[in-house]
Amino acid sequence: MSDTTDHARPPRACWRRHGASVVLELSGDWLQGGPPPEITGDPPDQTPDRYATDDLGRFDSTLPAFILARLRMLEKPAPGEPPDTSARPPLDGLAPDLHGLMELALAVPEESEAGRKSKPPSEVSKIGRTTIAVWKSLETLTEFCGMTVLALGHFLTGRARFRARDFWQIVQECGPRALPIVTLISFLIGMILAFVGEAQLANFGASIYVADLVGIAMVREMGVVMTGIIMSGRTGAAFAAHLGSMKANEEIDALKTFGFDPFDFLVLPRVIALVLTMPLLTIYANLVGILGGMLVGAAVGVPPILYWHETLTTVDLTNASLGVFKSFFFGAAIAISGCIQGMHAGNSSAAVGQATTRAVVASITAVIVIDSVFAAIFTVLGI
Amino acid sequence: MPAATDTRPTKAKITVRDLTMAYGSFVVMRDLNFEVAEKDIFIIMGGSGCGKSTLLRHLIGLREPAKGSILYEGENFTATDPDDRASFIRRFGVMYQSGALWSSLTLAENVALPLEEHTELPPGAIRDLVSYKLSLVGLSGYDDYYPAQISGGMKKRAGIARAMALDPDILFLDEPGAGLDPLSSRRLDDLILRLRDSLGSTVVIVTHELASIFAIANNSIFLDTETRTQGATGNPTDLRSHSENPTVRTFLRRGGAEPESSLLSTP
Repeated sequence: MSDTTDHARPPRACWRRHGASVVLELSGDWLQGGPPPEITGDPPDQTPDRYATDDLGRFDSTLPAFILARLRMLEKPAPGEPPDTSARPPLDGLAPDLHGLMELALAVPEESEAGRKSKPPSEVSKIGRTTIAVWKSLETLTEFCGMTVLALGHFLTGRARFRARDFWQIVQECGPRALPIVTLISFLIGMILAFVGEAQLANFGASIYVADLVGIAMVREMGVVMTGIIMSGRTGAAFAAHLGSMKANEEIDALKTFGFDPFDFLVLPRVIALVLTMPLLTIYANLVGILGGMLVGAAVGVPPILYWHETLTTVDLTNASLGVFKSFFFGAAIAISGCIQGMHAGNSSAAVGQATTRAVVASITAVIVIDSVFAAIFTVLGI
Repeated sequence: MPAATDTRPTKAKITVRDLTMAYGSFVVMRDLNFEVAEKDIFIIMGGSGCGKSTLLRHLIGLREPAKGSILYEGENFTATDPDDRASFIRRFGVMYQSGALWSSLTLAENVALPLEEHTELPPGAIRDLVSYKLSLVGLSGYDDYYPAQISGGMKKRAGIARAMALDPDILFLDEPGAGLDPLSSRRLDDLILRLRDSLGSTVVIVTHELASIFAIANNSIFLDTETRTQGATGNPTDLRSHSENPTVRTFLRRGGAEPESSLLSTP
C-alpha cells in the first residue's frame, strides 16, 4: 500500500480471465468520498477464483463492502433452493489485511430468515388487518372503561390505594398549571366570536346582541370544547408519555410485583383528577371568553355594563350548566385515552412517542364525537 | 469462592414442573424442570434472547405459563388466581434489569412505598427501616436523591434495597451486573453473597456474566437457544468440566478450551 501520494487515484475494478480461472483485479485508492466504480470487463456468473491486488492503493471500508456485496449477489441461490452455506468463496490473492477483514465478514453465513422482511401485504389484507386492529382497540377501550369503573368501585369502598400526594400533584398539573393557556385561548376565542358576530349584527344596528352570541356560544360549546382540546394536547399527552415511559422502564411491573394494582395506583388518580378539574376549567374558560367578547364590544361601542346585563338575560342556568355537564365526560374521555395509550405502549422510547401521538388524536376525536352526540341529544330534548 | 462449599439444603423453595413458556403460538422454552433449594444462589443463564428474563417473569407471576406449574414451598403458584397471590408476592423481592425505580419518587420513597402498603408500621419506623436498607447496599445519605440523579450501578443497588424492603424469602435479580464496570460488578456480587449469608434469603439471578456466575452461584439452569429447552442444571463450576451437554461446556468456557469450537467456525 502506498501512502506516499496525497492525491488519491480513482478506484478501479476489472474482471480478467486467466485460462479457466476468473480474476477480479482491484487497483487505485478505495476511499469514502466517491461512488465505487462499475466493474469493467466481461462479467462472469460465478464468484472470482482469485483476486489481484498488486496495484491496490489505500482503502477503507468501501472496498470490503464492495467485495462483500458482489459476492452476495453472485452467490444468491436459485429461488426455492436453500442457500449453500458450506462453500466459502475463495479469497486468494487479497492483501493480508483485506483478507482478514473479508474472512471476518464471511465467518458467519448470512442468516436466510433474519432481515428478510415478509412481502408487503396486499391491499385486501391491509383492509382486513386494519379492521381487526380497530376491533381489537374497541375491545381494549371497552375493557379499559370497565376496569376504570371497577377501580372507581374500589376507590369508593376505600380499597383502592394510591398516594394522596401523587393525586394532588396530578390535580395541580391538570388544573392550576393549565390556567395560563386556557386563559389565552378562551379570551381569544371570545374575541373572535365577538368580531365575527359584530360584523354581521352591525348591519342591523343590533351590535348589543353580540353579548348574546358570545355568551351562548361560549357556555354551550366553545368554552368546554376548547378546554377539552387544550387538555387533550396538554394533559392527555402527558398521561400517555408518563405511563408509557414507566412501562418501558419496567416501573409498572415493579408496582405489580409489590402487590399494587397499577390501575388503581396510576389510572384512577388521573381519571379522578381530570374529571374534577375539567368542570372548573370550563367555568373559568366561559368567564374569560365572555370577558374577551366584552372587550371587543367596548371597542365597537357597547358599554361593558350593558354588555354584562345582556349576557345575564340570555345565559341562564340551563345554558350555563350544559357546558359544565359535558365537561365531566370530556375529562373522563381525555384521561382514559391518555392512560390507555400509556399503559399499552411498547417497550421503547419510539413506542412512547407513538403512544403520545395516538393519545392526542384519540382524545381530540373523543371530545368532538361526544360533543356531537350531546348536541343531537340536546336538540331532541329541546334544550 | 464461598458459594462452592456444599450447603445443599433439603427443602425445595421453588419447584418448576414441565414449564412451557410461549408468546402466543411462539414457544420460547419448553419442558423446564428444576428446583431451587433454600439459600441457593441460583443462576438462570443462557445466550442473549433465549428467554432468561421471560423465565424470571414467569416465576414472579408477570406472565402465565403456557403449560406446567410453578410451586413455592410446595404451594402451587400457577394454580392460584392472580388476584389471590398477595401471600406469595410478599415473599418476593424483585430487582429489574434497569432498576425500574419509580422515577417520580426519591430513593427513600421508593423503598418506603412497599412498606407503607404492606405493613402497619408508623412513619418513624419506616424511615428507620429505609435508611437501614439503603445503608446495607452502600447508599446511606442518598435518601433524597431521585433515580435520575444517580449512576447506573447505584440504581441497581437501590433496586436491590427496594427489593429487600419487605424482608423477602426470595430475591429475584435480573442482570444485576450488566452495564457495570468490573469493580462495581464485583462489589455487587459480594453484596449478594453477604445478603444471602446474613439474611438467609434464596437468590435467583438472571445473568450471563461468567465471572459472577462462578463467584457466587451454587446452582443453575442453562437455557439452550437451539433446542428451546433446558441444557443442564447444577452447580456451574461442575457443569463447566462435567456437563454432558457440549453447548453448556462451551458456554461456560466462553467458547474456548475446546478445540472444535473456534469463534470463527461456521456453525
